[in-house]
Amino acid sequence: MSKQEQNRAQPVHPYTIVGTPRAKVDAYAKVTGRAVYADDILLPRMLYGRILRSPHAHARILSIDTSRAKKLPGVLAIITGEDLPQKFGILPSSQDEYALAIDKVRYVGDPVVAIAALDPDILDEAIKLIQVEYELLPALMSIDEALAHPEVKINDEARIGNIHKAVSYEFGEIEAGFAEADYIREDWFYYEGNNHAPLEAHACVAQWEPNPSDPIGGKLTLWTSTQTPHYVHRELSKVLGIPQSHVRVIAPHVGGGFGGKSDPFSHEICASELSRRTGRPVKITCTREEVFLLHRGRHPVKMWIKTGVRRDGSLTAMHFRSFLDGGAYGSYGIASTYYTGALQTVTYTLPCYKFEGMRLFTNKPPCGPKRGHGTTQPRYAVEVHLDKIAFDLGIDPVELRRRNLIEPYSYTVNGLRITSCALGECLDRVVERSGWNSFHADKQIVAAGLHAENGASSAVTTVKRGMGLAASSYICGAGKPIYWNELPHSAVQIRLDRSGGVTVYCGATDIGQGSTSILAYIVAEELGIQIGRIHLQTADTALTPVDLGSYSSRVTFMAGNAAIAAARKLKEQLFQVAAERMQVSPERLYAVNDVIYDEDDPGVTLSFEHAVQFAEARFGALVAAGSYTPPEGIHGDYKGAGVGPSPAYSYSTCVAQVAVDEETGEIVVEKLWLAHDVGQSINPLLVAGQVEGGAYMGYGEAVMEQQIFRKGRHKIPSLLDYKLATTLDTPEIETILVEIPDREGPFGGKEAGQGPLNPVIPAIANAVYNAVGVRVDEVPITSDKVFKALRNQSQGKGMGLQPSPIETPSPWPTRLIKWQPEEHQSAMKRQSDHTSLQEGVL
Amino acid sequence: MLRLPPFQYLAPKNLAEAAHMLSQEGERAMLVAGGTDLYPNMKRRQFTPPVLIGLRGIPTFKNISGSAEEGMHIGAGVTLTTLAEHPLLLAHYPALATAAGSVSTPQLRNVGTIGGNLLLDTRCNYYNQTEFWRHSIGYCMKKDGDICLVAPGSPRCWAISSADTAPVLVSLGASVRLVSVRGERIVPVQDLFRDDGIHPYTKATDEILSEVILPSATGWQSVYLKLRRRGSFDFPILGVAVSLSASEDGTVSEVRIVLGAVASYPVVAKDAATLLIGQRLTPETIEAASTSAARRAKPLDNADLTMNYRKQVATVYIRRALSHFLNSNYIK
Repeated sequence: MSKQEQNRAQPVHPYTIVGTPRAKVDAYAKVTGRAVYADDILLPRMLYGRILRSPHAHARILSIDTSRAKKLPGVLAIITGEDLPQKFGILPSSQDEYALAIDKVRYVGDPVVAIAALDPDILDEAIKLIQVEYELLPALMSIDEALAHPEVKINDEARIGNIHKAVSYEFGEIEAGFAEADYIREDWFYYEGNNHAPLEAHACVAQWEPNPSDPIGGKLTLWTSTQTPHYVHRELSKVLGIPQSHVRVIAPHVGGGFGGKSDPFSHEICASELSRRTGRPVKITCTREEVFLLHRGRHPVKMWIKTGVRRDGSLTAMHFRSFLDGGAYGSYGIASTYYTGALQTVTYTLPCYKFEGMRLFTNKPPCGPKRGHGTTQPRYAVEVHLDKIAFDLGIDPVELRRRNLIEPYSYTVNGLRITSCALGECLDRVVERSGWNSFHADKQIVAAGLHAENGASSAVTTVKRGMGLAASSYICGAGKPIYWNELPHSAVQIRLDRSGGVTVYCGATDIGQGSTSILAYIVAEELGIQIGRIHLQTADTALTPVDLGSYSSRVTFMAGNAAIAAARKLKEQLFQVAAERMQVSPERLYAVNDVIYDEDDPGVTLSFEHAVQFAEARFGALVAAGSYTPPEGIHGDYKGAGVGPSPAYSYSTCVAQVAVDEETGEIVVEKLWLAHDVGQSINPLLVAGQVEGGAYMGYGEAVMEQQIFRKGRHKIPSLLDYKLATTLDTPEIETILVEIPDREGPFGGKEAGQGPLNPVIPAIANAVYNAVGVRVDEVPITSDKVFKALRNQSQGKGMGLQPSPIETPSPWPTRLIKWQPEEHQSAMKRQSDHTSLQEGVL
Repeated sequence: MLRLPPFQYLAPKNLAEAAHMLSQEGERAMLVAGGTDLYPNMKRRQFTPPVLIGLRGIPTFKNISGSAEEGMHIGAGVTLTTLAEHPLLLAHYPALATAAGSVSTPQLRNVGTIGGNLLLDTRCNYYNQTEFWRHSIGYCMKKDGDICLVAPGSPRCWAISSADTAPVLVSLGASVRLVSVRGERIVPVQDLFRDDGIHPYTKATDEILSEVILPSATGWQSVYLKLRRRGSFDFPILGVAVSLSASEDGTVSEVRIVLGAVASYPVVAKDAATLLIGQRLTPETIEAASTSAARRAKPLDNADLTMNYRKQVATVYIRRALSHFLNSNYIK
């Protein structure tokens, strides 16, 4: 038995449920089609709604005539912008959207009119009868155009031209850092951006229940495919002018989100308003094209990096600039802008770091968060850039990274607190499993002409293989909420019933990642009960305590800790009565599999049901709540320090093996090895599912998906033409879970939903270079680009295909914030040591 | 979800009844077999026929008969899955089995038919869009508009012939049987097409394509190569079909090189074939033929990947298709 197998065979943790692979609690319902999604909901007297969207990328609305449509039999209500004049937006700092356009449309797909009718066929007819008169305005469709034409103002949120947000930071002394460098390299990169493409298109059903005796007039319920019912709740209330107490938002089963269902959307507000006006339920289900148009997908980002290194490969300084193509509205864009810079410091130690970022408005669907929010693009750029530096210096890319790994339990130069970090282990494991060293040794021998594999046949093949590597990190939940408040980020209530039933209530929203299952595992582990007796009530703003939502990879960490806190309170009550009953001290009690027993004399037991009944008799109704708020002292004290901090960071490494056809540029990704530092997996099967999902999605972004606009509109808004990888295209994926528990994570657990995507794209990019010796410094890396890069190289036109640089605005259009970490860090470190002692280890 | 427009569905029990219905309904009717091309187009309102005549219930449409020596008859309603897995085709008409097996996804091949694939509507990424999208850009001449959005100065439509089986059947020298109340005729597959993106077929509106007739495979070899971005399912953005017969000394006696997805019809590269006839296949003759054939590929910016790329790799794909015969020891 190898050492590795021995390690696996031994239990590495003391848990009975946590750490064991098992199916999701809703697996059967999902695979048999019983699970109810928003579009499955049918209510008596329900109407169908639809949104008429702008056909123009940028235009002034001169008039809207709905009179003919209103007369069509079966049309019950039509609303326009003036019916919903309250602005909204996910971020308090970007309140720039209307449910329906007022005065102006800013992209093809901008909502203009909403209709409710008896059936979809009537909607088809009615929508054609609506006349909207537009005056066309010039449309700006790229970062360069948005910068070049400040006189064409797309969105009033932009203070200067079309610059939505500009930021500028210097941490440490950047000039001194570059002065220490033996070698400095600069590169430009472009990441084209893409859509989340969840299988379930956005859908909602709104039901207004009138109540004349209530001064508000009634209550609203909205079932919607969302990742963030809490934020939808707030924005609905604001736009409709109905107090939050009278609004209920429920997320039913959600068929994937990946960040695309994190905003409050026009269709949700319009369905609600149409329901209020008609007194009947209204359903709006978006088409696939509408999913592409409402978008909020990954920002296209152009990036410039300058890095200084010593001869031994240690980094001395990094200067990073990002230009984000935000589309027409703010969405999460300000956060996205910060995220393109904030986490550069979390993977490798940077002694000093300068970051300048700006987001531009363009006449395209608004961009927002997609899996890896704002960090995927810079991670790609940095990891390819470092690969080039390694090549320039003649250092093994693995070695270069190893020399710069961030230290566990440390602070970064921009003030972020790092806790557990198994990046070094991830690097070792992925290098070992992929056979990295022997692959590259063999390749060198082949290159030197000393060896021909498979005899003569290799002489004629046009297919070249390559292997590339990259590393990354990601947050386990945003350290700060989206709107400023001091409330918990997540809360869980547990109710024990005298029948032995256990109901867990939590606002956390399962979008397929398995967060509902995680709640069940954690409560079952803590109470020592079987999962089957747990009822789960989630994502319902009237029933469940607030969880901020399924974004920023926060749910397992935050709701998990809240669930532990709630369960422990109940366990204490159960053990108190059990101890008396069993006549042993509570410290000796242990609960597992629905039985409480004496650890010293396991024959002395009490069943869970009986314990619950005794406890209810003693304490009354058994209900407990727990909540979670991220710790203080995890970030710097400068303006903008709220984006980037997290209670913990996950780490990932990826090796990609590709085969590239030198004649056609066609790429086959043959295998991905992905090591992920998850702290402790609550359910390793679900963690592996998330890692594989990240690998699959990263693969698609790296070589396939293209979000192209032509003549002002999305070129290919369909799942036939927008190339998502299918199961058949997806390469073999080897998942390696690295489990070194985090001190603050639930059972030591960290995130797995987003981080593993990040290293995949640069690993593939680096592998393509390793295979054919050309760099395509933009994503996706498609066959036509590789072909062109190979042509360029053979014609002596450089190393491949590089994006055109952006003329950098001078001066950068915002005030530079300079921040020195030393004093702040030592103060924070003292405080942090103190708190971790107090709280102990979970 | 996009919804189908309302239509009446007629289900004839035999070919004569189908032909009769089609003649009665005239231009109001369209034929449907698998529906994998027509229904999505109807949902996007490229077609809104009041009447559909479904050919699924016609038993003879599913027949396959004949042999490699005497040639084969394939009913128009034979599914692409059946073709892709048919032992005789795999052994003697491998290009056709490959092409059928490369269409779309397994689910769609299970319902999609050879007749439907052959009569696939031409495609263009300005045309294969929703009603909303086409309205937004102002429509094109193929449907509801006046101009070609790919080549705005052009008097014609440049939609692309995108059926995988079409270039293969042309290269095999296959024919089709067209049946109407007026009688029937057999037409070489090549003559079924014309260079017109809007009206790409010579089939009269009252005619039904009832079967595909393959000539004898004796002495012939065939190959089909397909370029696309996504290996699992995509329309071709270049298809190369070659059928070749050679004499015992290895000189090429007949060869047909046909390119798919480079024009509104399957393009036969006659000049390239002429270069090979009477020659042995060598890297040099293959290169010359490939270069010549690739000149016939004139892609425009209305399909996936850049048109320059599609143009440039055509030579490589044609060379590889021809080189396939070298690897398969075409000289026995």
